[in-house]
Amino acid sequence: MKASHAPVSSGAVTLLIGTRKGAFTLKSDRARRTWKVSSPMFLGHIIHHVVADPRDRRTILMAASTGHLGPTIFRSTDRGKTWKEAAKPPAFQKADEGGKGRSVGHVFWLTPCHANESNVWYAGTSPQGLFRSKDGGTTWAPFSYINEDPQYIEWMGSVQDGTPDGPKLHSIIVDPRDPRHLYFAMSGGGVHESGDGGKTFVPLIQGLDVVEGFSPSVVTYHDPHCVRLCPSNPDRLYQQNHCGIYRLDRPSDTWVRIGKNMPKKVGDVGFPMVAHPHDADTAWVFPMDGATVWPRVSPDGKPAAYVTKNAGKSWTRQDKGFPRSNAWWTVKRQAMTNDAHEAVGLYVGTTQGEIWASRNEGATWACIARHLPEIYSVEAACFGK
Amino acid sequence: MTIHIPSALQSYTAQQSEVSVEGSTLAEMLAALDRHFPGIRFRIITEQDAIRPHIRIFVNDVQFQDLSAPLSKTDTVYIVCALSGG
Repeated sequence: MKASHAPVSSGAVTLLIGTRKGAFTLKSDRARRTWKVSSPMFLGHIIHHVVADPRDRRTILMAASTGHLGPTIFRSTDRGKTWKEAAKPPAFQKADEGGKGRSVGHVFWLTPCHANESNVWYAGTSPQGLFRSKDGGTTWAPFSYINEDPQYIEWMGSVQDGTPDGPKLHSIIVDPRDPRHLYFAMSGGGVHESGDGGKTFVPLIQGLDVVEGFSPSVVTYHDPHCVRLCPSNPDRLYQQNHCGIYRLDRPSDTWVRIGKNMPKKVGDVGFPMVAHPHDADTAWVFPMDGATVWPRVSPDGKPAAYVTKNAGKSWTRQDKGFPRSNAWWTVKRQAMTNDAHEAVGLYVGTTQGEIWASRNEGATWACIARHLPEIYSVEAACFGK
Repeated sequence: MTIHIPSALQSYTAQQSEVSVEGSTLAEMLAALDRHFPGIRFRIITEQDAIRPHIRIFVNDVQFQDLSAPLSKTDTVYIVCALSGG
């Protein structure tokens, strides 16, 4: 096994949970057998993403808005005990007089930057925008040229081209070997790559399918749902797309559809994708029903993760512990994650407010919290050694 | 002038439901409000200087939508959170 850019973790895990009605944490014992849910933080706020900084193991950023108020970011430097609002949240450039500028609806995605760039964070917004903070999340500025670039604006499409609660920029990935090597994805608007620290970006959409009847050569039509880089091999990426599951092995720029190897009756539509932190041949998806009107629930009401252990050549169903029937879940793209333990822990948050966990890489699952609000995101953090 | 602050924004005003700031236009009043209570303006006004979709601003009993609208010292301003759904 190659050395991974995600070192093996151990001990207690803290799940950071963003929901439609506030944020929560779930803390485990060292064996990850028992879990304790916190009181709500920012009850009533819409929390899209809560992310811990692996560089200092103290800082947590939270992307928040409410039904009435504009978007903001809350920041904790004491592992969530106290919070302070960003002094300057992400905001688009103000349009010239008579111009038509865009306004951030909500911050959707947060990514801490490279280990060598402490205090640098990236944020993706709805509508699609890319922002950066150089002071640990206190002040934010538009990053790169894409937010105002006519070509990128065209590729982003209109609100009607995006997801129902707003088009999003997500899956911001920093190559652990080189902070100048960046990826991001847009729903809609494709996957994009920069090798020069954001001075230029180019689309990375070759090999990806789009909805039938549209041309895959048009960037606007591409709808990546979730892109993950493999920490143990940063030249490999996995992607759950609106139109299938893909793998990309650099330096190739052509995605390979590995979802065709999923069982036909399940298909290869879904939102989340998880890459094994220590084995680049292993990845997980959580399929959903993408037939007819896109019910966006577990196929046939029978939830299951699917794992590949050979880079997508074959897939195995992992449903032990999940309800056997009549479980009409949706798992959003940020609501499936992993820890980096030797036996990797997997965590799934549902739209019905349940958290399901596996501490044996998906072999068995157990519900570790229920009755939470609709879950938007789950991230795993290890604050100990 | 007196500004009525809705409950959703009182975390910025140390839980005060009424505050006093000055300004000869709505824009000036909002700028003054943000100086006293940093961050409050962006939660109610977008970066394009538009009132956010579920926020309403009334001056006395008239709804204002234009930030250049004039204000007088005797006006009472109400910032209201409109319905935003479940």
